[in-house]
Amino acid sequence: MSAHHNHQDQDVLIEKLGYDDHFHEHHEGDKYQMNFLTKYIFSMDHKIIARQFLFTGIFWAIIGSAMSIIFRLQLGFPDASIAWLKPLLGKWITINDAGMGSLEPEFYYALVTMHGTIIVFFVLTAGLSGTFSNLLIPLQLGARDMASPFLNMLSYWFFFLSSVVMFYSLFLSTGPFSGGWTGYPPLSALPQASIGSGAGMTLWLVSLALFVVSVLLGGMNYITTVLNLRTKGMSLWRMPLTIWAFLVTAILGLLSFPVLFSGFLLLIFDRSMGTSFYLSDIFVNGMALDRIGGSPILYQHIFWFLGHPEVYIIILPAMGIVSEVLSVHARKPIFGYRAMVYSILAIAFLSFIVWAHHMFMAGVNPFISNFFVIFTLIIAVPSAVKVFNWISTLYGGNLRMNTPMLFCIGFVSMFISGGLTGIFLGNSAIDIQQHDTYFVVAHFHIVMGVAAFFGMFAGVYNWFPKMFGRFMNDTLGKIHFWCTMISAYAVFGPMHFLGMAGVPRRYYRFDNFEAFSGFDVMNQFITIAAIFGFMAQLVFVVNFFWSMYKGRKVTEQNPWGSNSLEWTTPIDAGHGNWPGKIPTVQRWAYDYGKDGIEYTQQHVPLREGEEHSSH
Amino acid sequence: MPVVQIFDKELAPSKIQALKFGLWIGMASIVMLFGAFTSAYLVRKPVGNWYEFKLPIQFFYSTLIIIGSSVLLEKAFKSFRSHDLKNYQLFMFISFFAGIAFLATQVIAFKAMISQGLFIDLNVSVSFLYVLAGMHALHVIGGIIVMIISLTTALAVRPLINEMNILKLDLLRQYWHFVGALWIYLLIFLILQ
Repeated sequence: MSAHHNHQDQDVLIEKLGYDDHFHEHHEGDKYQMNFLTKYIFSMDHKIIARQFLFTGIFWAIIGSAMSIIFRLQLGFPDASIAWLKPLLGKWITINDAGMGSLEPEFYYALVTMHGTIIVFFVLTAGLSGTFSNLLIPLQLGARDMASPFLNMLSYWFFFLSSVVMFYSLFLSTGPFSGGWTGYPPLSALPQASIGSGAGMTLWLVSLALFVVSVLLGGMNYITTVLNLRTKGMSLWRMPLTIWAFLVTAILGLLSFPVLFSGFLLLIFDRSMGTSFYLSDIFVNGMALDRIGGSPILYQHIFWFLGHPEVYIIILPAMGIVSEVLSVHARKPIFGYRAMVYSILAIAFLSFIVWAHHMFMAGVNPFISNFFVIFTLIIAVPSAVKVFNWISTLYGGNLRMNTPMLFCIGFVSMFISGGLTGIFLGNSAIDIQQHDTYFVVAHFHIVMGVAAFFGMFAGVYNWFPKMFGRFMNDTLGKIHFWCTMISAYAVFGPMHFLGMAGVPRRYYRFDNFEAFSGFDVMNQFITIAAIFGFMAQLVFVVNFFWSMYKGRKVTEQNPWGSNSLEWTTPIDAGHGNWPGKIPTVQRWAYDYGKDGIEYTQQHVPLREGEEHSSH
Repeated sequence: MPVVQIFDKELAPSKIQALKFGLWIGMASIVMLFGAFTSAYLVRKPVGNWYEFKLPIQFFYSTLIIIGSSVLLEKAFKSFRSHDLKNYQLFMFISFFAGIAFLATQVIAFKAMISQGLFIDLNVSVSFLYVLAGMHALHVIGGIIVMIISLTTALAVRPLINEMNILKLDLLRQYWHFVGALWIYLLIFLILQ
């Protein structure tokens, strides 16, 4: 019996066993996408909204990483002239009498701050979870769309507004906010604290408040859709791991972003109403402020109560995507499906009780720190379970070494390398030496920056055919992968040594410090590797947009031979995803290589004598 | 009927359950928001420099008003479901005006505070009260806006009783009880502190 189902077999199966929800009999379904504006701009179709999130994410990724190249130039070559950047950066480059152009220190801080804000929130939260939750939740669950397509559209447009505000703040004459992406008071609370703390900070807060609204609207939809709109037969234990990851991510976002919002609100009051939630004993230019009794640590608690779940909001979708794509291209069921689900849940639970490990050196009671150390280290357990399962899935698989697969393997590599250094940093005693050094920078860039990007790339390469009906170029993809992999390690590997030597992060230059002045060659190396890595991303961008119009066309419904339901829709799926009935689910998502059959899609009923795979 | 179709895999997907459940999730995020405010309050208070003052008496009046409004909306919902349109219209209106009266009472309470010199920047203990009651009032205003939309149904000469309108009123009712309960929580929290 052939495992290969062509178009007609598929449609016959859906027709025979599908669930008729009379969707196409209601005209609200098909008719509302009448013109260009409602179809492509103010669309309520989750597939279009997914692409909107992706495009906006790519836009921000280019800006965010270009910023890092500019400050890396400063760190690697502090004495080289960057007068050539004057046309782009204007007054932020000062040129001395000798014609030497150098970066204004204030703007260096603004670049570091914006790089963090943009990548964490706009790229790896909205761009990653926004894109793939929107695309895959309805498609993989057999739903026509999200529970509330209207709120879903609002979710994107709030993100868009938030983006516009943040983008505008880059062009203020006083520059964008420059007090670090965490926005700690007093730098963030006092407009007179630095030039970026004035209008730049106001716009930063407005932008992120809008962003929180976007996340909440999106998250409400994701959770409700997963729990209520699954097709018949799709029990929770039959869902692909992508959906589990998106579900838990959305729950994390819904519980943690309101807390961030409350912290921001108190900050706004401190900035504009004269309150003292976070301010006390402040001297500006030798004059004492009359704001007393506030606690800057309070802000840190509130911020990191979001901030720590936020790193899992970033990495869980990537984990889900990797689990699914890895299994598809290894032609093997994911190893330890239930263990994967339980470890996602365990990570999510633990993420709420470890926040103070970001504050070990901020004056928190060291006895309380012990509590946070223990739970932080326990996160290593579910993380290790996941790593073990990914490697076991690869073991003995019939691996297709295409671009999505390479990025999945790259993800596992990055997650291991970055995760191990987390065990060091989770100890409050070791943190005395390591905190605020390049060791921290190396750790989180590898484990949640590069790793999350790899998950995102795996997803883009894998679902590009579903999004645009064409493939991305695989050769360019492989060039993209290898260059990114090598440069990522070349950038962040040496940073561990800098950090162990105590080199602090966020400094503008090091040559005034005897202890840190021996690292200029290493810093140059890192900068060159970063430039190389940035160029590699341009390969991706070119490949992406070229393939949208000129890529090889998808000719079969299920080009990867994948089991999940998104590949039972027509190649260019219209509104409502399935033209007739919606498929019903007969089995779990990972029947690869079962009974000698390469793959069996989820809507295919059990063959005679076949039993459900135990999982 | 279960609100969440979690374990029953034979149940057809339901949009109505999805909307009800979506509201619950929204309320959960509001709980987190106020949980954060009150936690911040608890963390900040022992640090010291904390000005003690009496809560304005109007807060107790407004509590009675919002409870009354909730009871009336419940009655309106029951009347609507049992096709008792006259009572439905009556209760809807009184409940709506009670909602407005609640907001007005809150404003009066703050005017009373200001007349005693309890400005928002006087001390962080006062600031917290402004933030808590102010944010709560914003959520009540959200409910009032939905009520106004809902009143357009009630205003019709013969209000249409169908599944969709019952659902809308049900959602409004649940949210309204929720903001009422939220206020009672805040008041008890402030009294205990």
